[in-house]
Amino acid sequence: MTGARAEWAGFAAMIAAGVLLLVGLPMVTDLFGLVQATLFVAMAVLALSQGFIWGYGGIMSFGQSAFFGLGAYTYAVATINLGDSTLPVLLTIAIPAAFAALLGYFMFYGRISDAYVGVITLTVTVILFNVMNSTAGDAYHIGAAQLGGFNGIPSVPPLNWPGDPSAALDPQQIWYFAAGVLILVYALLRGILASRYGRVVVAIRENETRAMLLGYDPRLYKLLTFTIGGAVAGIAGCLYVNWSGFISPPVFGLAQSAQIIIFALLGGLGTLLGPIIGAVAVQYLINAIGTQQTLNANLLLGVILMGFVLLVPQGVVPAARVLLRGLLDRGRGVRVTEAAERRA
Amino acid sequence: MTVVPLLTARGLTMRFGGVTAVDAVDLTLGEVELRCLIGPNGAGKSTFFKMLTGQLQPSAGEIRFRGQDITGAKTHRIARLGVGIKTQVPNVFNGLSVRENVFIAASRMGSMRRARQLAEAAMDRLGLGPIAHRLVGQLAHGQRQWVEIGTVLAQDPELILLDEPAAGMTHEEVVRTSALIREINRTHALIVVEHDMQFIRMIAKTVTVFNQGRILVEDHVDRVLADQRVRDVYLGKQAA
Repeated sequence: MTGARAEWAGFAAMIAAGVLLLVGLPMVTDLFGLVQATLFVAMAVLALSQGFIWGYGGIMSFGQSAFFGLGAYTYAVATINLGDSTLPVLLTIAIPAAFAALLGYFMFYGRISDAYVGVITLTVTVILFNVMNSTAGDAYHIGAAQLGGFNGIPSVPPLNWPGDPSAALDPQQIWYFAAGVLILVYALLRGILASRYGRVVVAIRENETRAMLLGYDPRLYKLLTFTIGGAVAGIAGCLYVNWSGFISPPVFGLAQSAQIIIFALLGGLGTLLGPIIGAVAVQYLINAIGTQQTLNANLLLGVILMGFVLLVPQGVVPAARVLLRGLLDRGRGVRVTEAAERRA
Repeated sequence: MTVVPLLTARGLTMRFGGVTAVDAVDLTLGEVELRCLIGPNGAGKSTFFKMLTGQLQPSAGEIRFRGQDITGAKTHRIARLGVGIKTQVPNVFNGLSVRENVFIAASRMGSMRRARQLAEAAMDRLGLGPIAHRLVGQLAHGQRQWVEIGTVLAQDPELILLDEPAAGMTHEEVVRTSALIREINRTHALIVVEHDMQFIRMIAKTVTVFNQGRILVEDHVDRVLADQRVRDVYLGKQAA
């Protein structure tokens, strides 16, 4: 099957490009650039979680920031308490995943309609934001970690070599870790989507009734998809807090939730590359504006989003694919007509 | 020892508010039987199918599949027991290719390899090979119906329900569909809902006539089509 072979080639090329970037970027950019790139990568992982559950699973979550923030807070609290960051890293996957599974169970087994899934996830992240915001004061702590209310948790210890809390990773090593996680998450999601489970997930997005009539239980598939999305957003939170060294409630905020949706929309739903590109491009823009302070970043994001919805509703990557295929076909078409003329 | 029928419905009733769409219907279907359901619009045929497949919970009555009570069971559970349905409005995966549609149907059980074999066999049977790579959403209505029948065959059910399989098809496609149904019937039981009388004549043995949610008559196709009551409620309108 040529389609499968092309798919493998595409996958191998993506992984190669990722590894090249992981190894090559520290050689061509200074430390500041590398630290910025680490943030881009954290956002790309976050965008992948949204792209996976929304673009493939058809689950409209307005609150991926809930799992992102939960991952970040989990890392901060667990590392401050344990010293060693090895177990906390695993917890940043497990705890948001467990929370997503619990929330997803009530949403999907309660047979709540798609629009309400959006409303509920949005509400959940707003609740988490308010809860974390009101944890100011000495009374609010988990073990040794003061939650700090709206001020957040300062000086979160960075990652260390497994088992040795004194051997903290430097920013360049954190870059390797972050880029490695992105590649791993991408590869894992590609693998999931190629599996039978992944194909059923997409089929349910296309027609839930037909999937049921064929004997698939959409509730279970959606729950699994949502849980995987929660886990991916959680590890993105871990990367984020390792970039910033500090965590505060706005990770749960509406602006953060909206950004994730914009990442996925700009890049293109139904692709994995799209959300990555969307996240990097948007985060780059936000950073650029942030340093100049001439324009409000949210205002510009709004304008960009509207422009895309009106002009390129399918997103960058799908639009580029259609364009590329059109050019290839035209090239082929010209050759065919030339051959026909020669014969005539 | 009595033979357990493939499907029995006893006193099956569906009420929507004050409207009784299906009213105390009794129906028994044997193994490898082909049954046609006819009746005017709103007679309750599609509602009956929806209850059989768990898409609607009956207000009263009982459905048994090979003796097992499946009344009000979840749709996916009934499908797993071996009931496949082509719905009236095609339910297909529009954004996926024909091959992917059929593959998903075939892949619920067994290995990927086995699923691929089942899917290829179903596509061969329906002659879907030449359009295997096309997106189902871009196909003509008749072709989409064929894809849906293909998915139903690929899931390898014991009982196949077809709701208006010939609707919107050209005469040639109708002839092909009737031949296919007769062929499927060699190994599988089917219930076919159809309006097209020519089509019914091509395939039917026993016909059940629905009218206003009740069974009006159930008999051999020739006697049913000659029945004056059936003509009055149904054919009479066409003749006029």
